[in-house]
Amino acid sequence: MLAASVPVATAQPPSTRTQETFGLGRAATTAEIEALDIDVRPDGWGLPPGRGNAADGAPVWERTCQVCHGPEGKGGTAAPVVGRAPNGRPPTVGNFWPYATTLYDYINRAMPRNAPGTLTPDQVYGVVAWILVRNEIIPNDAEMNAETLPQVVMPARAQFVPDDRRGGREVR
Amino acid sequence: MSRRTDSRATQTKRERLTRRDLLARAAGVVGAAATAPVAGQQSIDTTRRPGRGPNGLDQRSPFVTPRRDPSSTSSRTPLQDLRGTITPADLHFERHHGGVPEIDPGRYELLVHGMVDRPTVFTLADLQRFPATSRTCFLECSGNLRRGGPETLPQMVCGLTSQTEWTGVMLSALFAEVGADPNATWFLAEGQDAAVMTRSIPAEKAFDDAMVVYAQNGDALMPGNGYPARLLLPGWEGNASVKWLRRIELADQPFMTREETSKYTDPLGDGTVRQFSFVMDARSIITDPAYPRVIEPGWHEIRGLAWSGRGRITNVEVSVDGGNSWEQAALQGPVLPKAHVRFRHPWNWTGGPAEIMSRATDESGYVQPTWETLRAARGPNTRYHQNPITSWTITGSGRVLFGAERLQA
Repeated sequence: MLAASVPVATAQPPSTRTQETFGLGRAATTAEIEALDIDVRPDGWGLPPGRGNAADGAPVWERTCQVCHGPEGKGGTAAPVVGRAPNGRPPTVGNFWPYATTLYDYINRAMPRNAPGTLTPDQVYGVVAWILVRNEIIPNDAEMNAETLPQVVMPARAQFVPDDRRGGREVR
Repeated sequence: MSRRTDSRATQTKRERLTRRDLLARAAGVVGAAATAPVAGQQSIDTTRRPGRGPNGLDQRSPFVTPRRDPSSTSSRTPLQDLRGTITPADLHFERHHGGVPEIDPGRYELLVHGMVDRPTVFTLADLQRFPATSRTCFLECSGNLRRGGPETLPQMVCGLTSQTEWTGVMLSALFAEVGADPNATWFLAEGQDAAVMTRSIPAEKAFDDAMVVYAQNGDALMPGNGYPARLLLPGWEGNASVKWLRRIELADQPFMTREETSKYTDPLGDGTVRQFSFVMDARSIITDPAYPRVIEPGWHEIRGLAWSGRGRITNVEVSVDGGNSWEQAALQGPVLPKAHVRFRHPWNWTGGPAEIMSRATDESGYVQPTWETLRAARGPNTRYHQNPITSWTITGSGRVLFGAERLQA
């Protein structure tokens, strides 16, 4: 309402404020960025060198994962990671994770819960392979690395859709 | 004078100050006998004894003991104990994914990189030198509904919502400072906690109203709410407002982190799973009268909170007959967008069984749905973004109980 009553001639020019910088902060070094930039995208961008298959991952699972997730990846105190029950009940990697790369990203950043960030790339690739084999998504001897992991097509992939709620009268 | 005479007349010898009390006060020690609340009577005549002097950090009256209700992963705001819209910082709800880190503000740094001209590290002092903005808005966890039994407090129904006057820097200012690539459509926000919590956020939110905040109700952030700095995405599910923010990476696609794929997504009745469901839909709850109150027939003011992540609340209706008829409640101004608003409605309870409930409408035209409407729209497996109309039933004897049967499958 206010804007409509202001003569065009006195309207504010387009703000240049967003183009302005304040000279705050300092340039980040490549080493600083690499030290923190641990994320892995679905296209594989961010995956480090390394490799592992389910046999490599089995001892890591026994040593660091099964105390919470159970020897078979289910039945522990933590949420199950193995299972292909329909409709995501209960949700597992096999029926509710749309991207295999998320496994590497999450295990590397947040697992095991009592010592996150302590697994080596080979150990993470091995555990990822162990989980994918147990969910019958990859062959028993398949090696997971920066090239193969992004190519794994997860069973739940096609289910995920963007938010379609838009407000208004319709409840979605 | 009569005030003194009256209180003195009711004061027994046992209640008078003892020599031990006086000595303890002289030594600067507050004796237990001097502070222990005595229900229904004043244990000492406050007009005959000087109170404490000014102190360095105040605390609530010993008669006032609001508490969050903590579980292993969250703590819930005692909505039933609050009367305004601002949540005291020490009662703001918490949801952690890897515990609360203790971060030295002198060592804190925020890295902004990715699709930017100038990858930059900002210290806390840097962030505080940018033009500051304050924004009062709610923050709500998307998992904010418990379907308990009749003896369920408002705190337990939906205490994972709180409101704060946040102060910080607009994220758009940081994006301008680093020279954000206009082709960047998403950014990753990452925390410095043991979960190294990450969410992908559409870049357009950065140019709308996203902030990096360092103050909570004018004070430094509480540790459980992201000290020394956190992301703030007004109106969006709380987990995306990443706490203990250490890194922002601009990109042209989402990163598909665990917290936006296998968590914080919504399985629908048609077999699809709704993803990136950021906005919190309109909601309301009556916070008084509510369990565990017992009320008497006569005048009552029905009071509660309403809010919407899509903008302002435009209307709150109250029903005192279980939804058969609705009346418009009064809204306490100012009604801010994406903010808790107080609603109030007079009610004369005549003593019979009753069921009171509230229904919020926001400026998009969205009307808070019933549980049945939500279930019909989404199926039975959705866990997040549950915002149904909730009710309190009043028994013939005045007991106020949660309307648990409204939320049955």
